[in-house]
Amino acid sequence: MTLDPNVFLAIVAMAAATVLTRIAGLVLIRFIAIGPQQKRALEAIPPAVLMAVIAPTALATGPAETLATLATAIAATRLPLLAAVAIGVFVVAIGRAMIGG
Amino acid sequence: MAPLTTAVVPIGLVFGAVAAAKGLSSLEAAMMSALVFAGGSQFVAMDIWMHPASWSALAFSALLVNIRHVLMGASIGMRMPAFSGPAKCAAVLLLADEIWAMAELRAGQTRLTPAWYAGLAIPFYCVWVLTSLAGSLVGAFLGDPKAIGLDFAFPAVFTVLVMSFWKGRETGAVLAASAAAAVLVYQLLPGVWYIAAGAAAGVVATLTRGRQREASA
Repeated sequence: MTLDPNVFLAIVAMAAATVLTRIAGLVLIRFIAIGPQQKRALEAIPPAVLMAVIAPTALATGPAETLATLATAIAATRLPLLAAVAIGVFVVAIGRAMIGG
Repeated sequence: MAPLTTAVVPIGLVFGAVAAAKGLSSLEAAMMSALVFAGGSQFVAMDIWMHPASWSALAFSALLVNIRHVLMGASIGMRMPAFSGPAKCAAVLLLADEIWAMAELRAGQTRLTPAWYAGLAIPFYCVWVLTSLAGSLVGAFLGDPKAIGLDFAFPAVFTVLVMSFWKGRETGAVLAASAAAAVLVYQLLPGVWYIAAGAAAGVVATLTRGRQREASA
């Protein structure tokens, strides 16, 4: 049970950023009206961020990861989160064992 | 509400296990879950974790990943006339995706009360922190998570989340722009700039398409 000062600082910084986003919504509705253009930009952020996070793994790491991402995406259209994730983990493990990774 | 709290158990365990594999102590893993309490950004943090930890890169990525909370908070804030000012603030501090979805659902059916919200959010919060702790204690004995593909759990969670945001061709344009920009910047620059590049490219793509549609209408 150790606490590295550097890690602690990183956790506090992440917490501060997250608190900011959570309180900002309440502040927003008191002062600002959001138009359709702003709404569309805000709505595009979550999928764009998530895609950016997985893109290097999905497209620039290896065939096992690309295959597993595809399998997870297809599974996600029919199965709940945990089942789709389990399929992705299974496919990447098999893929790495068979084609290296 | 019980199924929601049950569903968070395996995700908390996996978070703790991967945090342990990345070299975080159990105290650090549990502290991150307790203070940040936003699964998506915690998963991203583990994905980009370095030694020593870069607090600015991690805070920046948390800000980007959690920027959706601004919209979620604005939306649920308008459905909380029964809440006092401080209660509203406390409520949005516990605004995880799942809690937000349940609260929006509830607000559509009946009046949202502070007691109902606390009954939903507090057990969910406690289970998230405790399973993160348990996962990191167990994970330290699991060995290399890469051998059984466990390191792919987070990219897989994100893949499922991306699919849940799908709303048709406009989403396709956002995702294609984001992926292309992210891969390009990932190859060219160190650190997490690829996340900002992907986010910016996605926003530009949706605004450009919006203008095109207005021009042709």
